[in-house]
Amino acid sequence: MADRNFSASHLPGFTQIALLVFALLYLPIAVLVVYSFNAGTTSGLWEGFSFRWYGTAWQNDAVQSATLRSLGIAVSASIIATFCATLAALGTTRRKSFRGQTFIYVMINQPLMVPEIVTAVALLIFFASIKVATGYQGLGYLIAAHSAFCIPFAYLPIRARLEGMDLSLETAAADLYATPWMTFRRVTLPLLAPGIIAGAMLAFVISLDDVVITEFVKSGGQDTLPTYMMGQLRRVMTPEVNAISSVLLALTVLLLTAFFLLTRKND
Amino acid sequence: MSTDTAIEARHVVKAFGQGDGAVRALDDVSVEIRKGEFFTLLGPSGCGKTTLLRLIAGFEMPTDGTILLDGADITYLPPNQRPVNTVFQSYALFPHLTVAQNIAFGLQMLGKPAAEVKARTEKMIALVQLDAMAGRKTSQLSGGQQQRVALARALAPQPKVLLLDEPLSALDYKLRKEMQIELKRLQLETGITFVFVTHDQEEALTMSDRVGVMSSGKLQQVGSPREIYTAPRNRFVASFIGETNFLPATVVPGGVRLGCGAMVEMSGLAGSGPTTLTIRPEQVRLADAAEPGAIAAQVSNLVYFGTDTHCYLSLADGAEVIARLQSPSNGEVGLQKGQSVALRFVPGAAQVLAD
Repeated sequence: MADRNFSASHLPGFTQIALLVFALLYLPIAVLVVYSFNAGTTSGLWEGFSFRWYGTAWQNDAVQSATLRSLGIAVSASIIATFCATLAALGTTRRKSFRGQTFIYVMINQPLMVPEIVTAVALLIFFASIKVATGYQGLGYLIAAHSAFCIPFAYLPIRARLEGMDLSLETAAADLYATPWMTFRRVTLPLLAPGIIAGAMLAFVISLDDVVITEFVKSGGQDTLPTYMMGQLRRVMTPEVNAISSVLLALTVLLLTAFFLLTRKND
Repeated sequence: MSTDTAIEARHVVKAFGQGDGAVRALDDVSVEIRKGEFFTLLGPSGCGKTTLLRLIAGFEMPTDGTILLDGADITYLPPNQRPVNTVFQSYALFPHLTVAQNIAFGLQMLGKPAAEVKARTEKMIALVQLDAMAGRKTSQLSGGQQQRVALARALAPQPKVLLLDEPLSALDYKLRKEMQIELKRLQLETGITFVFVTHDQEEALTMSDRVGVMSSGKLQQVGSPREIYTAPRNRFVASFIGETNFLPATVVPGGVRLGCGAMVEMSGLAGSGPTTLTIRPEQVRLADAAEPGAIAAQVSNLVYFGTDTHCYLSLADGAEVIARLQSPSNGEVGLQKGQSVALRFVPGAAQVLAD
């Protein structure tokens, strides 16, 4: 076999290792989904097929309010984060390079690098003082925190799309009498749209399953779906948690598939 | 400046970078481009021709100097306020729009009424023969078709000047020939002033009314293709346009004396001293040694080019002259390497270069 035709699939044990990795990745999830259909009351002992726990979860007031809260926060946070990320991406790609550009880039992506627990503790202390000062106890803190850590996830696909865009298109629009605003609206924005939507969906998914920061920042009675589920684990664990997880999983797979299709198209 | 001037550049300087590291892409360029003419900026890459085009379009601002359009100063006007459109080298077609939407873009941005936009777009589509493609996305078109869309898009708003930045360089040879004819047709039909940038001398000679030859940020010569070819002002122009012979010579009364001692009669020469004589290979003929003005030479090489045969001739002082001889029907010019011959220059064809 020639060197230039090197292929990892020819290494000894490749197939076995690949199968093992996939099993480790997907078997636990498969078990979780299977037991969400368990008719019994435990997540370990199969007693027959049933939609019982989906029904239980659906009618559970705590689950309902946590789901609505999660969706509300995720929608708000992904919109805010995507808006900020779009401006940040335009600001870091559509101008001459400037001193400290790398620094700004690192600053924008800070939530990807700083340990989440550090951010969580910092926000807890910071928001506590604001709560004392203003008396405001609402969901605003959670939305603000989620928006902040979602920004880099929205920023990266938008920036990638902007960098891949032919700059002469914007020059051509200006040449054809488009004002800077019209150039943005009629050329840059439509071409950027798949990146913006992809960024928003990624931000939505990231917000939806956050536990650490949410757990620290939330006030009493502000459980999101993930923090509610974590709370349930401390008590008796029923397949209800499996059912909720399966629904979350389905939603995530759906969004990530859409994300994949959007970023692949037009390339 | 006269009223038939479309674009005038006055002492335009464009420097990139600062201080000692600054590069002068344009170094004191002044030129007048007349209304309705096909003007070509010709030069090797990096000579500043595209920079001058971008300054006229407004994509960049000059470091110094003035650019006038129809007598009005447009030096610092943003591109969207200049009645000038560009055909980009990469075409820069909007990939999210159809052919018709691309062509209509400029008209819409000018705020023309919808009916006028539609009528004018249809007319432009017909002009570039893309009727069947109007509803397609531009990515579904071939290179030649994309080129036509780019042309139609830039012509649709009826600009005062159309700027073309090496628009044919991405096309293959056959298509390039077709588009050259097409461009010339469009220019005659629309009557719009074309400013065409190219590094291809053949393109420049065949299409242009006038050519500006550029090198190292300077305009070397402006003139009709015929003037540029037959009366190049300096060594760069002579060597960049077509092939030519350079011979060291000395100006003497009544003409110039070549290094080999032969005299070439020329009139109207100013000054005296060393100079360079240039003569095109097709203006060098074989002659009888007895003929007046004949110069003795030796055949050093023969290269067959089909219709022509290039004959490399050494003069007595070792200087080399290439003669382009028409190949006879059997392909044999009847010369041998090492053979002694005589050559002469077609009267009036030899030029003395300024530098």
